[in-house]
Amino acid sequence: MNEQKPPIRLNVPFDKEAPKKLRAGERVLLSGEIYTARDAAHKRITESLRQGGRPPFPLQDACIYYTGPCPAAPGEIIGPCGPTTSGRMDAYTPQLLARGLTGMIGKGKRSQAVKHEIKQRGAVYFAITGGVALLVAQHVLKCELVAFKDLGPEAVYKLTVNELPVIVAVDAAGKDVYER
Amino acid sequence: MRNIAVSEIGKYVETLLVEACCELPKRVEEALIKALNTERGEHAQDVLEQIIENAHLAWEMKRPICQDTGMAVVFLEVGQDVHFTGGDLTAAVNDGVRRAYTQNYLRRSVLDPLTRQNTHDNAPAVLHVSIEPGARVRIRVAPKGFGCENTSALKMLPPSAGIEGIKDFVVETVKNAGSNACPPLVIGVGIGGTMEKAAILAKRELLRPLTRPAESEQTEKLERELLERINALGIGPMGLGGDTTALAVLVATHPTHIAGLPVAVNIQCHAARHKEWTL
Repeated sequence: MNEQKPPIRLNVPFDKEAPKKLRAGERVLLSGEIYTARDAAHKRITESLRQGGRPPFPLQDACIYYTGPCPAAPGEIIGPCGPTTSGRMDAYTPQLLARGLTGMIGKGKRSQAVKHEIKQRGAVYFAITGGVALLVAQHVLKCELVAFKDLGPEAVYKLTVNELPVIVAVDAAGKDVYER
Repeated sequence: MRNIAVSEIGKYVETLLVEACCELPKRVEEALIKALNTERGEHAQDVLEQIIENAHLAWEMKRPICQDTGMAVVFLEVGQDVHFTGGDLTAAVNDGVRRAYTQNYLRRSVLDPLTRQNTHDNAPAVLHVSIEPGARVRIRVAPKGFGCENTSALKMLPPSAGIEGIKDFVVETVKNAGSNACPPLVIGVGIGGTMEKAAILAKRELLRPLTRPAESEQTEKLERELLERINALGIGPMGLGGDTTALAVLVATHPTHIAGLPVAVNIQCHAARHKEWTL
């Protein structure tokens, strides 16, 4: 096994400069508040922003997690909630970054346009292991509905997470862990 | 003649789907453990450990491995001496799907492709029925997630492409899938027949137990060579680099037309979920 640096502990919402210090490939444990949003929520949020509407949560320094959980079973805080493919959000992401979004958590590559914006704005994209939905759920301390209840698994939730294990996939310098 | 109530089929579909969502096949777990022992990628060990730990949690908690509990793909092999009673077989299968997803806190992901209106019960299933000799009914289910399904591909190759052309297309498809399909993958390949035949062959191969041998010496060789080439790509677990991009390549063939060489590649993520029962 390779020698690894211990993971970096990081809080969300982010301190202004914190994301800029991260380097692609570094392991991070995220704690704090993150918001879930995937395809349908992105479509609604960006359509509303274009018409002068307000986002359902403050985008400044925020972190979005691309997930559509299973319904919670009795006794669960949240159902299994692994990441979905981030690339499907690429069409919407630059608009959100322009409004202050600083972090994203998902799986898979991002487009050149998104990587360019991440670099321009000193943001960060984290990868989390796909298909380990129950492990991820163990790191969620609290789950509150924020918007779009009608979207079911695609609704926006505020999650309070504790030491969520992620990897820096695209850093603020534009370096990409998927490009080797 | 053997009478079987369609409601019985529905009950099995329901139970098998719930179990499939929560129980990673043992053979898949063994392949993941084997990969963990040999993997050299920087993040590969972490990723594989997480996948294995998550599978154990799912077994213990009887909860889904992945939040994408998929679209229900159901294969029914029906003995020709079976007589179904008590109503509509397809409706009974779909009722089984409904109960599985609505009564067990599984995610309902199925919707109208144009309006994008969710059916709210994960029905209907994608149902493949074949008629076989005998009086048994074999029920196979696979909850198919779409992170990997979206990266699948089909191509009508010219016969001149030959076996090398087939291999290039399969490898290219896996390369394009990259991290999005949640590797380590299982790759189903259908070669021959017509367009839809190749696609169904590829899907059906994904339900083949990893220890069952290939259909012929030639497909065994093809499977081995493809696995080597795919793992040499270095995509690795979750696309973060490593030796294990695929756990297995499973190939099925069917005779085709003199003018054609259809090839379908169905990509399966590491949550290679399927269950079966024979009545």
